[in-house]
Amino acid sequence: MIKLIGLVPLFPLLGFLINGFFGKKMSKSLSGIIASVSILASFILSVLIFVELSGSTEKSHIVNLFSWINSGSLIIPFELLVDPLSSLFLLIITGIGFLIHVYSVGYMHDDEGFSRFFTYLNLFIFFMLLLVLGNNYLIMFVGWEGVGLCSYLLIGFWFKNTAYNNAARKAFVMNRIGDLGFLLGIILVYVTFGSISYNEVFEKAGTVPTSTITCIALLLFVGAMGKSAQLPLYTWLPDAMAGPTPVSALIHAATMVTAGIYMIVRSNIFYSISEVASETVAIVGVITALFAATIGLFQNDIKKILAYSTVSQLGLMFLGLGVGAYSSSVFHVTTHAFFKALLFLGAGSVIHAMGGEQDIRKMGGLSGKIKITFITMLLGTIAISGLPPFSGFFSKDEILAHTYEHSPILWIVGQVASMLTAFYMFRLIFLTFFGKFRGTHEQEHHLHESPPSMTFPLIVLAILSVFGGLLGLPEFWHMPNWMADNLETVILRKSPSTMPHEKEWMLMGIAVLSAIATIYFAYIVYRQKKTLPLKEGDKMPGFQKLVYNKFYVDELYDAVIRKPLDVLSVAFHKFFDIQIIDGIVNGVGSAVKGIGSGVRLIQTGNIGFYIISMVIGIVFIVLVTFLI
Amino acid sequence: MLTALLILFPLLAGLLVFFVKGNAARNLALGFSIIEFGLAIGAYCLFKHNPDACMLSFDHAWVKSLGIHFSVGIDGMGLLMVLLTTFLVPIIILSSFKNEYSNPHNFYGLILLMQMALIGVFTANDGFLFYVFWELALIPIYFICLLWGGEDRGRITFKFFVYTLFGSLFMLVGLIYLYNHTNVDGLKSWAVQDLYNAGRALTETQQSAVFWMIFIAFAIKMPVFPFHTWQPDTYVTAPTQGTMMLSGIMLKMGTFGVIKWLLPIVPLGLEKWGFTAIVLSVVGIIYASIIAISQKDFKRLIAYSSIAHVGLISAGILSCTQQGIQGAIMQMLAHGVNVVGLFFIADILFRHTGTREMDKLGGIRGMNGNFAVLFLIILLGSVALPLTNGFVGEFLLINGVYQFNATIAAFAGLTVILGAVYMLRAYQKIMLGDRNDSNVAFGSLAGTDKIVLSIICIVIVAFGIYPKPLNDIAEEAVKTIMLNLK
Amino acid sequence: MINGISINYYLLLSAVLFIIGAVGVMARRNSIIIFMCIELMLNAVNLLLVAFSTLHGDASGQVFVFFIMAVAAAEVAVGLAILSMIYRNVKSIDTDILSNLKN
Repeated sequence: MIKLIGLVPLFPLLGFLINGFFGKKMSKSLSGIIASVSILASFILSVLIFVELSGSTEKSHIVNLFSWINSGSLIIPFELLVDPLSSLFLLIITGIGFLIHVYSVGYMHDDEGFSRFFTYLNLFIFFMLLLVLGNNYLIMFVGWEGVGLCSYLLIGFWFKNTAYNNAARKAFVMNRIGDLGFLLGIILVYVTFGSISYNEVFEKAGTVPTSTITCIALLLFVGAMGKSAQLPLYTWLPDAMAGPTPVSALIHAATMVTAGIYMIVRSNIFYSISEVASETVAIVGVITALFAATIGLFQNDIKKILAYSTVSQLGLMFLGLGVGAYSSSVFHVTTHAFFKALLFLGAGSVIHAMGGEQDIRKMGGLSGKIKITFITMLLGTIAISGLPPFSGFFSKDEILAHTYEHSPILWIVGQVASMLTAFYMFRLIFLTFFGKFRGTHEQEHHLHESPPSMTFPLIVLAILSVFGGLLGLPEFWHMPNWMADNLETVILRKSPSTMPHEKEWMLMGIAVLSAIATIYFAYIVYRQKKTLPLKEGDKMPGFQKLVYNKFYVDELYDAVIRKPLDVLSVAFHKFFDIQIIDGIVNGVGSAVKGIGSGVRLIQTGNIGFYIISMVIGIVFIVLVTFLI
Repeated sequence: MLTALLILFPLLAGLLVFFVKGNAARNLALGFSIIEFGLAIGAYCLFKHNPDACMLSFDHAWVKSLGIHFSVGIDGMGLLMVLLTTFLVPIIILSSFKNEYSNPHNFYGLILLMQMALIGVFTANDGFLFYVFWELALIPIYFICLLWGGEDRGRITFKFFVYTLFGSLFMLVGLIYLYNHTNVDGLKSWAVQDLYNAGRALTETQQSAVFWMIFIAFAIKMPVFPFHTWQPDTYVTAPTQGTMMLSGIMLKMGTFGVIKWLLPIVPLGLEKWGFTAIVLSVVGIIYASIIAISQKDFKRLIAYSSIAHVGLISAGILSCTQQGIQGAIMQMLAHGVNVVGLFFIADILFRHTGTREMDKLGGIRGMNGNFAVLFLIILLGSVALPLTNGFVGEFLLINGVYQFNATIAAFAGLTVILGAVYMLRAYQKIMLGDRNDSNVAFGSLAGTDKIVLSIICIVIVAFGIYPKPLNDIAEEAVKTIMLNLK
Repeated sequence: MINGISINYYLLLSAVLFIIGAVGVMARRNSIIIFMCIELMLNAVNLLLVAFSTLHGDASGQVFVFFIMAVAAAEVAVGLAILSMIYRNVKSIDTDILSNLKN
């Protein structure tokens, strides 16, 4: 079965081709079915492969498809790698991908670009699978850029809207900034190791000076910062919410943005060797977690809140990576994929019910009208807030416990970030589902629960969000931590915790109590006092205004990078290119012309003058010849 | 023999086309160029079978007393360039089917003559012959630009002609200098291998002088910063098919020349001045990319993007590494196809809307989805997205430059970001958004346009996914070149 | 020595003839006279050639002279034709007014 791994990305590719070429001529339901079935086929195959891999003793299988680029000592075959890590990601991508495809059939039903949507979505799955399946960095890069392309296409899916197009372009360009780092990292890997295939590189990693490893690790991390929206390259992700909601769920929450995590987990050996690099990862991660969570406090767009929450959660995962808790981060990727996809799809369902409205100030009291959405979203929110025994609790706790071991300061920052998460998530729930309805009368009339194709994925994901924690129970409970065991062959296992059990219990207790306290605080603010977010144009206190405007980071980038680049462009063109460089070229031309017209004057047309000059010339030559 | 036939055939075809009246000239030219492509494919098969086949080379004394031979032959790199030329010429001719040119027989005749000269450049094994073909290629394109060009064509074409000729004369001096240092049993020789030997025997100072004399000719042709100012104007003014010839094929004369006629001749000069030349190339990448951001005319934007791409190619070549040169060859092929595609897009836009000003366009995505997809694929090839043909070359190029100097590679890599910036900006302005003005009505594509764009897109994707057929030849060719460099 | 006359006299005569011709060409403006002066210079050279040819007993000098005479004749034919054309056009053979190409 593992030999058939090539089929896993092939199915979505086929779906992409069929929908791409014939989508317009097919009925909507047919193209939806083709797209979903192709992912389902991949999912089933992934499950079979996963089961087979779990049962076999050989944990890493390489399948060579064809030879791709050869250049002297640089040999890059198109190879796929099946090991516990990639097979786990296969399950997440195809599993959640399938659910979201199903959901999209309902969500996008009235859109005229229906088949186009599924074309892009299938292409995305194809590239995402390539990203995790590649056996060398360049195949990963192929997938990496490919998902970036799909993200671009899907953010700008409604291409008539200029703001959406700008968001799409921003996402692509910011990702490319990271991609350059990644590309240079890959090249440095080749220059250092003479190969870019994982097994060959990782074997030799110990024999190379640490400074080189640090360089590689940092360059790769630049790539991860772009793709996984870490500071300072995070601003594209909130804007990316311009895309249809299933896209936000699939690409900008569950799968693509976790590619950075995957990459670092895959190259964990570099980060284990280089302390500088892993510290950087941890610090960037924790700052991003706190920063994004802060911004999330005062956002009013339901999808933007979730977007900042995603950035923040990704920061938490990087924190885990930085402190060496690789399997915990993968665990969090998994649970996060469950509950964040759920939250986004739930938000999509809310938006669907509200007829396109995304502003939570205009919602309220929806709990009675859309029950399934409400319950599933509530479960997702509890999971993300880290209340036991929901999935988010276990994964987040694992990361924070490892962080505490590494550095209590980072732990405090991480803890604060997760408290903020609990606060703004419950703010969202309270404002959306409780209280009185604040929208227009028309919207209220329109309110309805989504069709089954949309609620089914919600329910499945809600179940996963609730029970996902079973995948990685804490070690000090003396329960099997399946996640860590499974990834043992890929990841250098962290030495068992030396912390006393009391301390672990204490950390857990603090986490749970602080979450409950924060939720209660949110309850007081938004339920008992019935505080509402300020309206557009209301005067805000200084800090809130700063946060509401996202710390003016976008404006800062505009002023520091985009505008100067535009000015530079015009200056280079109008002044430097046309005036100076071309001026010199034209100057040479006109100098020749000028000399010509000057010398021309000697040609008086007077024959006598010619003859005299001739005679003088001859005499001169004769004199020179004879005298010298 | 086959090589000589490859040169002779377009010459005869071109002369024949001159005497045909009306649109028949067009069809005839297309037919001939397709036959020529078939011949090139034949050469490819022959080469695959046996790279040293005597069918592929031809040598006949031309001016005995001066040691000039009509010596042509196809090696790996030459084969790839010939394939590119013979592939693009039919595409270019086909792309002109919806344009009405006055005196079409002259137009197509000149294109075929130019093809002859270009193939001559790519196959010549004799320094003198190389120079003759080099200059010969300039004449048809001069007339094409002058007779069928756009606004202010007289001044711009004149500048283009004089500028490139100016550079070529330096090369001629350099080649004659080398020729005077050759010594084959007491005789002088123009044969490429003899020029290599003569060049390598020179002192460092002499080599530096020769390096700059020959490099300037190539640098102007490519063009490398700061010798590029003729290029945007010429590309904009020339008729689109002329621009395609210029950017798709003629530009490669420069990069090809550096690989075959410069690197092996002056290893010491290169060691001394290679760094400077690479810095110039990389400055050109960033400089042209930044300028491209603020361009309003789509054709001019492509022109600047072409400077950026060729800067990377040139940097890769001058890095003198296996990956750098191989990447350069792959990128030359990819760039040839992509830039022809982009200029064709510009042509179609102009034909359908009457403007190439990006600010006046917009919303075409909604009017013609197929066109938008084809445009997007070509654009992605141009920004070197993986699994398009541009990526293989770009990756190898940056890799090669990195082995030369990591910092320079980081700067050269900015093309990855800036390319996306200006290309996506252009795409958005032209294609996306919502626009209901009557002046940007677009309509559907003509049949020939669809064929051309589809072929280009298929090539872009196919050689991105499976570059092996070309890459293998390039790899072997570069290995031979690398032997010559040591 | 050629028939008792020293070669110096030939040299002197031909130099004088040449200088007369050269000065005439330079100083005069009448085209006909300039023409005649050119002939004078040519003949000065011819004289010299013949003299040396005899002195060295080598006939090739005389052959040169024939060539020069033949060429000079041809030149006169063409030159006079041009002159007569100029005269017909501008009614003058003054060289100073023939400066139409100047601007």
